[in-house]
Amino acid sequence: MILMVSKDKKGRVMSTRAVNNTMHQASAGTALSEHEYALLKPVMEWGRGTYLVLAICSTVGIFGLYAYATQLREGLVVTGMRDQVSWGLYITNFVFFIGISHVGALLSSILRLTGAKWRYPITRMAEAITFAALLFGALMPLLDLGRPERIANLISHGRLQSPILWDILSITTYLVGSSIFLYLPLIPDLALMRDKLVNVPGWRRWLYRVLAMGWKARPEQHERLEHSMNTMAVLILPIAIMVHTVVSWIFAMTLRPGWNSTIFGPYFVAGALASGAASVVLAMAVFRRMYHLETYITPLHFRNMAALVLVLDLVYLYFNLAEYATAAYKMELGERALLMELFTGRLAPVFWFTQVVGLIVPAILLMLPSIGMLARARTVPWLRPIPLGAGGAVLAVAALGASRFLPAQNSNIATYLLWAGIAGAGLFALSLLPRLQARPVACAVIASGLIVLQAWLKRYIIVVPVLQHPYLSSHEPALGIGLYQPTWVEWGITAGAMAGFVMVYFLFSRLFPIVSVWETEQRESIQEIPVPVRHAHTPAAASPEV
Amino acid sequence: MHLVPPGQEWIKIYNLEHSSATSAYFFPRPCMQCDNPPCVNVCPVGASYKRSDGIVLIDQELCIGCRFCMAACPYSARYFNWGEPPHTELELSQPYSVETNIPHRRGVVEKCVFCPALTRQGQIPACGAACPQGAIYFGDEHEDAVTNSLGETYRLSEMLDSGAAHRHLEELGTEPRVWYLPPRTLSANDSDGFQG
Ligand code: SF4
Ligand code: SF4
Repeated sequence: MILMVSKDKKGRVMSTRAVNNTMHQASAGTALSEHEYALLKPVMEWGRGTYLVLAICSTVGIFGLYAYATQLREGLVVTGMRDQVSWGLYITNFVFFIGISHVGALLSSILRLTGAKWRYPITRMAEAITFAALLFGALMPLLDLGRPERIANLISHGRLQSPILWDILSITTYLVGSSIFLYLPLIPDLALMRDKLVNVPGWRRWLYRVLAMGWKARPEQHERLEHSMNTMAVLILPIAIMVHTVVSWIFAMTLRPGWNSTIFGPYFVAGALASGAASVVLAMAVFRRMYHLETYITPLHFRNMAALVLVLDLVYLYFNLAEYATAAYKMELGERALLMELFTGRLAPVFWFTQVVGLIVPAILLMLPSIGMLARARTVPWLRPIPLGAGGAVLAVAALGASRFLPAQNSNIATYLLWAGIAGAGLFALSLLPRLQARPVACAVIASGLIVLQAWLKRYIIVVPVLQHPYLSSHEPALGIGLYQPTWVEWGITAGAMAGFVMVYFLFSRLFPIVSVWETEQRESIQEIPVPVRHAHTPAAASPEV
Repeated sequence: MHLVPPGQEWIKIYNLEHSSATSAYFFPRPCMQCDNPPCVNVCPVGASYKRSDGIVLIDQELCIGCRFCMAACPYSARYFNWGEPPHTELELSQPYSVETNIPHRRGVVEKCVFCPALTRQGQIPACGAACPQGAIYFGDEHEDAVTNSLGETYRLSEMLDSGAAHRHLEELGTEPRVWYLPPRTLSANDSDGFQG
């Protein structure tokens, strides 16, 4: 037994814990430490679950391929896009994936440059998101082409004046840059796997050997690695910002009401950062559960990430306000129909969902664990979720029934019932808060899920409705041709791409340790920083489990 | 002339009404052949281009079908062949030309091209020639003369000055090359003129 004692800056002992030093046997007999074993287990042991995930993903992926084959055969006529709405789900997915990809490299670069030590267990899973999402993000516009076989024209006849060329350049640069950024800190782990995982299939041993590039952990190698990682961390920052800026410029460089906006660059960057950080939180939660990484991904990581997501969420909310409030106040003729459709029209439910459920509710959820006052709500005896929820539901059903079946002169009753139902729902939500507060990790995960969902819907709302409201229609709007209804081909390709993303990400975590082994090894002691004392009196801090 | 595939309206006629207090009027919209054409500016491969005679054309053999130009055109003048366009023998028998966009092909963008094949022979474009009212005038700005289907020829500069001509969505800075003359009387069956 080794007793590990960690101290904070002032030298106080923050925690003590014992690390079991039993050696694990990698199947062929090379010894792995407890630490190495914990992190390499998913790489070494592909259980039945692994194959199940891969099978599901590839089934959906193959369906996506079939959908694309149909589109290749018949042309884009099999999609819901027409002359009026000439971009649809593919471009929505494109912006979504690029947004998700945004934060991985950016996050680990910023944390690296600021020397935040808690980053080590999560940087790799963040960077891998960047890599996988970029692959599928970059694929999307290609699937959207009417003449994919002429893709080489972009190089032979490419015009640098076109925003599409800016996108191609920045996305390929970002893909290369973030791959290097992902790869560099992987080298020592690759060498570890080369040396110790003797029992994995031959092609993987070959892979590790080649990729490890003769790493011997010599001091000068470490120095060079450190140097290149710092260089990449600086380089990747402006590239990442530019990528999403030029993605937004695809829209902002046109004269369309709704896209013709000067703040699209930062607006998209903010949205990308929020959705990207949220997806890192989701990845942390999934890997923690799936690979039993509780000792590495601690409530501290969720707390820090939640703070980051909260800030980015609020920044994005601010940009939404800046974008819509200024347009809505003026109600300029060109934008009026578009804004009305978003605020009160056909797409109003989606719009308000993105704003309220997708941004405001997550902000509240993320703030919850820090609101000390809430603990007092627990002491109110009647503030119990189950009776309140049931009561609210009964009232709501009663209100619905009353409005449907009661004669019109009794409609007052229905109104009262409705308000009672709304009040019940409000109390129900209130009664849930203390319970959620006791589970900060769950709060962070739910909030992040909502933000990611919001991100996709928001991209849709940015792309499609604007095309539905041009200055002049290319078709008779009265005939409904101007509306857009995605077809099974588009949904199939979308599902296929999402499955592909999951599969690439999952496979990555099964081929390489998703938590850096060597980086967490040296600094194992720093993970156990307890939640600050200020929180200690709330029940929240006492039970920081999911 | 161009054997335009069904679903495309290279020149589209809108029935516009500015307010309920005024009568509706017809508003024909061809491609405006903008002098600062957003469609050309954004094309990633240079398939959309502007000729020195002012006409904006699309090279259907270069176009990759990204439809960025459609997103960029404020006049919605561009149409895409979403599927294989129905072909006729007449159409297929002609050699491909950017000036006619014939034979039509799938997966590329098409639009009104001001009929360069006709104007080269000294004729006015098909839309102008087909208008029984003579509402559409066509001509060369440098010759300062425009002609309609009835054979009436006017000085362009005079017509623009005296007729209070305007260009659609001029304020966007696209410099369209199509001018519209406001209705001279406000009776419902008055016909509108536009010239290019
Ligand atoms: S009207 Fe549209 S298609 Fe025609 S030149 Fe102008 S922007 Fe291009
Ligand atoms: S659809 Fe064709 S013409 Fe239009 S921007 Fe793309 S490549 Fe150029």
